[in-house]
Amino acid sequence: MSKLTLKTEGDTHVVVTRRFAAPPEAVYRAHTDPKLIQKWLLGPEGWTMPVCINDARPGGKIRYEWTNGKGRGFHLTGEYIELEPYSRIVHVERMHLPDATPDNRVETRFDAEGTGTLMTMRMTLPDTETRAAMLATGMERGMEASYVRLEGMM
Amino acid sequence: MSVTLNLDAAFAALADPTRRGILARLAKGEATVMELAKPFEMTQPAISQHLKLLEEAGLVARRVDGTKRPRRLAKVGIEAMDQWLAMLRKALENNYDRLDEILAGMEQPEIKRRR
Repeated sequence: MSKLTLKTEGDTHVVVTRRFAAPPEAVYRAHTDPKLIQKWLLGPEGWTMPVCINDARPGGKIRYEWTNGKGRGFHLTGEYIELEPYSRIVHVERMHLPDATPDNRVETRFDAEGTGTLMTMRMTLPDTETRAAMLATGMERGMEASYVRLEGMM
Repeated sequence: MSVTLNLDAAFAALADPTRRGILARLAKGEATVMELAKPFEMTQPAISQHLKLLEEAGLVARRVDGTKRPRRLAKVGIEAMDQWLAMLRKALENNYDRLDEILAGMEQPEIKRRR
């Protein structure tokens, strides 16, 4: 059974949920500590993140650079808006492919659930077209990808 | 009839609630434009415009039956889209599986104290 859910909500949102065995404090740290982020936020096999800047405070900058080691790469930039350790993060981000994609506003919640954590990531795109483009291009890192619930619809 | 899937067009087509509704209706069986127009309280030209986008995206196909042109789901297009989404979903799962391992290796002082 997959622990991940991915669905669209309304016209401009994408919601991802995932459960973790660790408490919210640990999951929050894994999302804000550059040394930890570099180890997991990678996408497909073979990709690495040589540059990881993550200044986890309101207004702080985010910059992730990925490479496949064979000359292909892209990067993401963003800014933090709100941080409530260890329960909630709000930030904006955009991919550079190499042109910048429209801003994606992301609210990530970490809710304690038993001894583990339920993470809920709610993305807000500027409009339906941008969300459709994001779904279609997918982004190599997979994080930007989302899932239209075709099964549920049919 | 061959159907080619245009992913950009397919996702754009799915962004509209009426078009999702049309796909849901066609999942139950083929239907004419008139039959499709009824539940949506839309004019036939408006429904035809939505159908055109769905056909261009490779998600809907039509056949000729006398003067009628009943539409049906294009299985090839729907399946190709599912495969694409499964691939993206896998990449996302890979990230979180890696995160599971990191979390398992992290110090958990609170839990240790409780023990």
